[in-house]
Amino acid sequence: MISSNSKVILEVRNLSASVAGIEILKGINLTVRSGEVHAIMGPNGSGKSTFSKVLAGHPGYTVTGGEVLFEGQNLLELPPEERARNGVFLAFQYPIEIPGVSNSAFLRLTYNTQQAHRGGEELDPLEFHDFIQEKCKIVEMDPRFLDRSVNEGFSGGEKKRNEILQMAVLDPRLAILDETDSGLDIDALRIVASGVNKLMTPDNAVIMVTHYQRLLNYITPDFVHVMRRGRIIKTGGKELALELETRGYDWVDDEYQRAADAHGRATAKGSASAAGAGRAGAASA
Amino acid sequence: MSAVMKAPDVRDEYLASLAPDTNALAGAGSDWLNALRAEAAACVNSLPYPTTHDEEWRFTDFGLLRKTVFASAADISPEVSLTDIAPFVLPESAKSRLVFINGIYAPHLSAGANLPQGVVMSNLAAGLSSHDAVIRAHLAQQLNFHNEAFAALNTSHISDGALVLIAKDTVCPAPIHLLFIATGATADTPQASYPRCLIIAEAGSTCALIEDYVCLNSGVYFTDAVCEITIGENAVVEHTRLQRESHSAFHMAYGAVALARGSNYTAHNIAFGARISRHDLRITQNGEAAQCTLNGLALISGRQIADTHTVMDHAQPNGQSTQLHKCIADGGAHAVFNGKIFVRKDAQHTHAAQQSRNLLLSNKARIDTKPQLEIFADDVKCAHGATVSQLETEEMFYLNSRGLSPLTARNLLIYAFAEEIVDRIPVTSLVKQLSKTLSEQIMEHT
Repeated sequence: MISSNSKVILEVRNLSASVAGIEILKGINLTVRSGEVHAIMGPNGSGKSTFSKVLAGHPGYTVTGGEVLFEGQNLLELPPEERARNGVFLAFQYPIEIPGVSNSAFLRLTYNTQQAHRGGEELDPLEFHDFIQEKCKIVEMDPRFLDRSVNEGFSGGEKKRNEILQMAVLDPRLAILDETDSGLDIDALRIVASGVNKLMTPDNAVIMVTHYQRLLNYITPDFVHVMRRGRIIKTGGKELALELETRGYDWVDDEYQRAADAHGRATAKGSASAAGAGRAGAASA
Repeated sequence: MSAVMKAPDVRDEYLASLAPDTNALAGAGSDWLNALRAEAAACVNSLPYPTTHDEEWRFTDFGLLRKTVFASAADISPEVSLTDIAPFVLPESAKSRLVFINGIYAPHLSAGANLPQGVVMSNLAAGLSSHDAVIRAHLAQQLNFHNEAFAALNTSHISDGALVLIAKDTVCPAPIHLLFIATGATADTPQASYPRCLIIAEAGSTCALIEDYVCLNSGVYFTDAVCEITIGENAVVEHTRLQRESHSAFHMAYGAVALARGSNYTAHNIAFGARISRHDLRITQNGEAAQCTLNGLALISGRQIADTHTVMDHAQPNGQSTQLHKCIADGGAHAVFNGKIFVRKDAQHTHAAQQSRNLLLSNKARIDTKPQLEIFADDVKCAHGATVSQLETEEMFYLNSRGLSPLTARNLLIYAFAEEIVDRIPVTSLVKQLSKTLSEQIMEHT
């Protein structure tokens, strides 16, 4: 929901990042305000998953330029656990299985760690039991899953539901959902999406990274961004997603290339701008 | 002087010094047992001391043991009370517990009640008067000690031990806890003890055993143990073995299990303790359609060495075996796993699966794993796999991204890796006890 008096939660400025010396993100700009839902769409290899991992602080990626402010604070200088405690949550595309650790013990550990950081009340196993039963309803999860090992033997849909359950427990300010719709059947998709909708408030925000528009039938985005080759090359409203669904991604790319070429010619006449040259170079790469 | 050719003298004086004087046995106890002990002592006196030059001992140097002189613990009888052993007592086995202090039966610490008629749970020495024939038929029959110096050494010392007989079609309702307590540094001279177990589960019977090696005080001592298990047709045995000795102790152990047709054996082998430990386990499916499940875990750190050698011998058709062995090595520790699977010529339609999964926690730690399959039948399904890894970045990141510190995340992952094995133990209070030890050990090393 776009609102005039909302606060800026996330400010990404010209962010670039590389993995193993290869630049994946090449200057991302994005502003997310409270109450908003942003969808980041793009074909495989466009860098959208990398973007979500960089925001969460994955150690495998090196930030090579730009900045990210989370509620006004430099996010990039924080290790992943502090980003999480401050309210950044990443729902994984491939959640990790942790055999030997019960789901409820794990959820309680993360909840209490979060509470300790926020100065809130920690819950003992009994208190947590009541607390988590309520949260399970949000994702229609059978409480029996709480006694099983974290994600072990869970189906794809159950794992994704468990991610949203963790989101419900940790109550993040910014939730990044990385391909949360992948591998879900219609029922699971509906349940996961409805869980996310229930967790949306005017004070938090969601970034959905997705390849397909079908998730957007259930969670309505305020903004749709198209990512290609490590950049956001187009931003629109929810209708853009529908257009992408029918026309694919190539036309957006063509449009962007033409604009970049025009910009390149324009700047070549005058003094060369570093940003323009970099942009044209990357677009033709 | 002319050169005389003679066989190389492999007698090892150190080994020989550990063997008892079997001449002194004459007249005491039963003749057949004395003869057996004398035969074993003769082996000790003629076998070489295993070194890293032997293929089976390549990775585990037991040289440190021979730098210590041990007195036989049988000569020392320290006072141990129920309060002393309270930390090890299991409520599930409150009335089915045999306790041994340095290998010698401690009746005042043991408890047996409410067991069915068909269950005999006793010490070997007492059993010899009431069950001489059955003991004679089975003792030292599963285990070939003629080529194994330390198995021979244990056999040469047999005077007591644990005896469990489950009669035909009898179900033992409670797990039987065989608690072997080393008193550790209570004497001037380090002590050696020779625990022995003889388990016979007759056809159609069911029982659960816990073979448990613990210590009351830290310090240097030596445990040289042997456990033999005979499982009759369609009988079911679930065997938990815990090696939680002092971190200065030496632990050497042999296990031999024989399965008859249609029987089922599950083992949970847990090793946390000892400075240097070695467990040799040989399981033979002598009957058709026998099933085995082997779970193993070694969690060590500092300068500990833990070596597990298993042999799964499929000698008959339609047998199954599933094995999962895990090692976790931190500090400068060294874990070894050698898992052999034999599928004999007649053992058609065998299904055997072995997994060796290992976690290295420091760059000074070392893990050697060697799966070995020898298949002589042509219609079988066998699979094996071994991995040695460090904590995975993706797993760490997942936990960090939930707000857990790197240290908490690391401990949780190590705990989880180990808990997968501990969790399979069928005794609830023991799982709790071990889980607690596990988290303490993991915390301690961080």
